[in-house]
Amino acid sequence: MVESIKDRVAIIGMGCTQFGELWDKSRVDLIVEAAKEAYADAGIEQKDIQAGWVSTYYDTSGITGQALAAPLRLPYLPITRIENACASASDALRNATYAVAAGIYDRVLVLGVEKIKDQGLSGLAVRNLDLGGLMFSMTMPGMFSMLATKYFDHYKLSPEEGKHMLAHVSWKSHKNGVNSPKAHFRKEVSMDQIIKAPIIAWPLGLFDCCGVSDGCAAAIIVPAKDAKKYRPDPVYIKALQMCVAPGDGTTSTKYDYLHVESTVRAGKTAYIEAGVKKPREEIGMAEVHDCFSITEAVIMEDLQFSERGHMKDDIEAGFFDLDGGLAVQPDGGLKCFGHPIGASGLRMIYEMYKQLQGKAEKRQLKNPKLGLTQNLGGQPPHCTNFVGIFGT
Amino acid sequence: MAVGITSYGAYIPLYRMSRDVFYKAWGGAKMPGERAVCNHDEDSVTMAQEAAADCLRGIDPKKVDGLFFATTTQTYLERLGASILAVACDLREDVRTMDVTDTLRAGTSAFAAAADAVKAGSDKNILITAGEHRMAAPAGDFEMALGDGAAAVLIGTENVIATIEGSYHISDEFSGVWRVDGEQFIRAWEDRMVYDKGYSEVLEKGIKGLLKKYNMKTSDFAKVVYDTTLESRRHPQMAKQLKLADEQVQDPLFDTVGNIGAAHALMMLVAALEDAKPGDKILWASYGNGVDAFILQVTPEIAKLAPRRGFKKHLAAKRMMENNHRYLRWRKIVPLERARRSEQSPTSLSTLRRDSKIALALYGVRCKKCNTPQFSQGGSYGYLTPLRVCVDCQAIDEMEPYKFSGRKAKIFTYTEDNLADSNDPPTTVNVIDWDGGGRGILDMTDRGGAKLSVGMEVEMTFRKLYYDRGVHNYFWKTRPVRC
Repeated sequence: MVESIKDRVAIIGMGCTQFGELWDKSRVDLIVEAAKEAYADAGIEQKDIQAGWVSTYYDTSGITGQALAAPLRLPYLPITRIENACASASDALRNATYAVAAGIYDRVLVLGVEKIKDQGLSGLAVRNLDLGGLMFSMTMPGMFSMLATKYFDHYKLSPEEGKHMLAHVSWKSHKNGVNSPKAHFRKEVSMDQIIKAPIIAWPLGLFDCCGVSDGCAAAIIVPAKDAKKYRPDPVYIKALQMCVAPGDGTTSTKYDYLHVESTVRAGKTAYIEAGVKKPREEIGMAEVHDCFSITEAVIMEDLQFSERGHMKDDIEAGFFDLDGGLAVQPDGGLKCFGHPIGASGLRMIYEMYKQLQGKAEKRQLKNPKLGLTQNLGGQPPHCTNFVGIFGT
Repeated sequence: MAVGITSYGAYIPLYRMSRDVFYKAWGGAKMPGERAVCNHDEDSVTMAQEAAADCLRGIDPKKVDGLFFATTTQTYLERLGASILAVACDLREDVRTMDVTDTLRAGTSAFAAAADAVKAGSDKNILITAGEHRMAAPAGDFEMALGDGAAAVLIGTENVIATIEGSYHISDEFSGVWRVDGEQFIRAWEDRMVYDKGYSEVLEKGIKGLLKKYNMKTSDFAKVVYDTTLESRRHPQMAKQLKLADEQVQDPLFDTVGNIGAAHALMMLVAALEDAKPGDKILWASYGNGVDAFILQVTPEIAKLAPRRGFKKHLAAKRMMENNHRYLRWRKIVPLERARRSEQSPTSLSTLRRDSKIALALYGVRCKKCNTPQFSQGGSYGYLTPLRVCVDCQAIDEMEPYKFSGRKAKIFTYTEDNLADSNDPPTTVNVIDWDGGGRGILDMTDRGGAKLSVGMEVEMTFRKLYYDRGVHNYFWKTRPVRC
């Protein structure tokens, strides 16, 4: 890393829509609602925006920069559409932040949106990749369950022990999600319900999988030096790291299916960028990519929150619960919000932003310290991975 | 120069269905025994590939000069199955390929043509592989009587295990059993007439014609191997017509495999060769719009043929299908509710053409710098793609071809996915590490109720991944080691 992004750019406003199966809303409704909330929060008007970055995955949510320009009628601005799978929104923020840090723009709108539920499918559509057609037909739960199968085998967890560990991950998030008014699912679920739920791809049952939802989130970013002109409590970007795997995990026998290498590497560089020495102690809260319970569990080791092979101890001891040592998914995570692909990265940051400002209502942590978001796209053997750190 | 059979192979699908299961589902007449049922991802081409691979065990495929594919259930009407098989069997490009179709004698007709080509000196080694997947409408006797399977022989001049001593042919235009373009199921005329005027009369004429031509009698033969029909009585009746001793009659496989059409005579011959002794004479005849009949003489070379799965091992390794619904589902006979999953992207023939050796022969590469074998799959979704940069040492354009198809592998991790759309749920996908190096991610088939585990040994099998808008997409899957 040549230079750090730490404390050079600030977030002065954010918006986030209700997440869920929004049958009565279009992607235009979602974009307008998130942008409106962000403008009001920042105390600016739309005409103040100089550039935009927009993230969507499925073309049903819009194509080109017009995915943002047209719904908001942004007048002939430079707008870029970002697609980096499930990490698209985080990458949109990263690119926009660099433009602001470079001194090119003073006020930039970053917005992530996904309108998935209009597709009429169960689970996520495997995107039409036009790669010739010859590929297997497994789904996302199938791909991530392979991580659990290998982890259980390697660390000699019995099916019961493994299921219990994973169930705690989902149980904790559902408990947190009750206090998130914008979440898709706001109901506590018992450990027993989680463990006994129908199996989607062993060992992942229904409650080990996040929902599929529509949603949108937005942020307004400005140079750090200007931030206090807009509000007394801006949130500063401390680190933004992106790490993309070279597609090696299903080709090289070196990959162990016990971790996600790009998470490890993005985490390490983010800690260096933010000057974090002891992540387990210095990070006060995290929103991570809990597309499946096993994903979140393994991330605890990959981000050095838990020792290798010991995530189970920390998970079951409640270390990542809302009242634990390091609250993970204080808003309920993807588990409760669902996962509108192009929006999730910014939704994670929205929670960090509100917590750091002390505006997280019933979820408010006493001492949030630094907030971390981790947002991955793809599958364990070859992920696109983002880690961001935010603070006051 | 003796011309004859130099190797043989066979393939019987893993799954069998007791005829009692059909009877319980539909009623009608009871029929004894069981039949072979190919999986939903198998067809005449994939089974013919399995038999061909079994036949080529221990033999360099680059020495084969031609491949004749025999079937009445060709997957394309205008596109050569033999050319798909030539790539899947890793033959040279300068080989003779031909599909022999439209008759239940296709297997023996291909055999005769290949033998003549080798005798004439045009080619040294020709592979004949017959795969068959005939269908009959549900609730009838034919559905119970049919079977699925494949058999193959290699004809050449070196290490001949059975020489071809003579042949005789009859052509007969009567259509007792037939199928027209556009129809899925076979049709048949009234059965007494079909068998009396067809099989029983014409086959006898063919066999007696052969004997007369070479001035031989049935007692000269250790085994008489002749086709069966779609019912069980005509085959033993033919033994009486020919006055054969019981030990001369080769079992017609009616109770174990079912009638596998154009592959049937070849399968029976493979079974006969497995038990044959040097010096045995075999009379071999097939029936279908006439007769192809041959005299074969077994040589001492038969003892030297390396062990193969052939007929017996494939027959013994089986799983019974417990109900008729699964059969109907695999055959796509009844419409089923579709899973709410996204549509497959359209097949790109230009991509398939570029990747044909990857898809059909399971070729990957090996890095000449670090010797790491690598299967030609990309990142997300395991799509097939040529590899030019080494995954381990990043060397660029230092790759040499490396074939994975004959190698066994161990499961590194796997999933049984209940959400994915499948004709045989759950969709089972495994990440495998091949013996000798290299990793891949492939579908698994023929699980047969096997409990999977990390470290379990699997082998490669050539299958149809899916059919899309007129294109049969063939690729490889893993299966638990069959036998």
